[in-house]
Amino acid sequence: MLLALFATSAVILALLWEISFPRLERWSEQRRSRRERSAIEGYDPGRERRAERRARQLLKSCVGDEEWSMYRDLGFLRVWGRLTGGPEQGGTQATEAGAPYAYLVYPHKPIVSYLPQTRRLLAEYCVAFPDETRPYGSARLPDSDDVLAKWMALTGDERRLIDSANMHLPGRQVDPRQVRRDLWRLSEWERTRLARQRRATGATAP
Amino acid sequence: MQFLRMKPGHGEVLLTEGDVDVPQDEQRLIDEFRAQLDAGMWAAVPVRAAAGRREARMVRAFDEIPRDAERVIFFPRAAGGAL
Repeated sequence: MLLALFATSAVILALLWEISFPRLERWSEQRRSRRERSAIEGYDPGRERRAERRARQLLKSCVGDEEWSMYRDLGFLRVWGRLTGGPEQGGTQATEAGAPYAYLVYPHKPIVSYLPQTRRLLAEYCVAFPDETRPYGSARLPDSDDVLAKWMALTGDERRLIDSANMHLPGRQVDPRQVRRDLWRLSEWERTRLARQRRATGATAP
Repeated sequence: MQFLRMKPGHGEVLLTEGDVDVPQDEQRLIDEFRAQLDAGMWAAVPVRAAAGRREARMVRAFDEIPRDAERVIFFPRAAGGAL
């Protein structure tokens, strides 16, 4: 009886740990990030918020509607890879004529490459755009400017950006579980968006 | 044509603007373009691709900027690692 009770408690504790660990990890990361920012001399949260607002407007004006909605709703962008040719047949608009790989672009995190068909993660590309003039004490661009810089560099000269980055195996800085969750969120988001578009045009699902 | 630069703690800043068909404006734009590249910036022009999709064109010389471009965005060059 006592053994059964002990086993049940252990299972409950393990489950609770499994659920709360990602939250604790996130909370700890946010706390560390806040401390790092506060340590910068002259850091002004209000100014940073205004900067981010401007950066979001610039991002919105540069990327397409789909990309902007993706970033607004999910917090990251997907950019199709273009360095190798995709299959001629079988491509759809959603897979950019069968693009063989794509990137997830997060603010101030490495770019993650993956295979859209299998969701297999390929690599992390650690890259930053430090402004060494440090106009307000920090070399860090606003989040949305960082995303826009990555988007422009990837769509404009992918090879140059990738050559500038440090490549690592997946999981070095971005948790692969989070990336897989994001890929799932992205597929759900696309499904919902497609359904909404179909309803709007009055078309029926095949 | 407007030249914008991303700036930490601020968002984009308007560096200069002018009409490329006016020689004085064009010279000012060329000078600013060189100054930004000399300061280590990368330059990109947001464009609409043939299929209507948005993308960017990275430019390394003033001549590479499409004459009808509305904006050129300068941002710090990419550096690998330390994140």
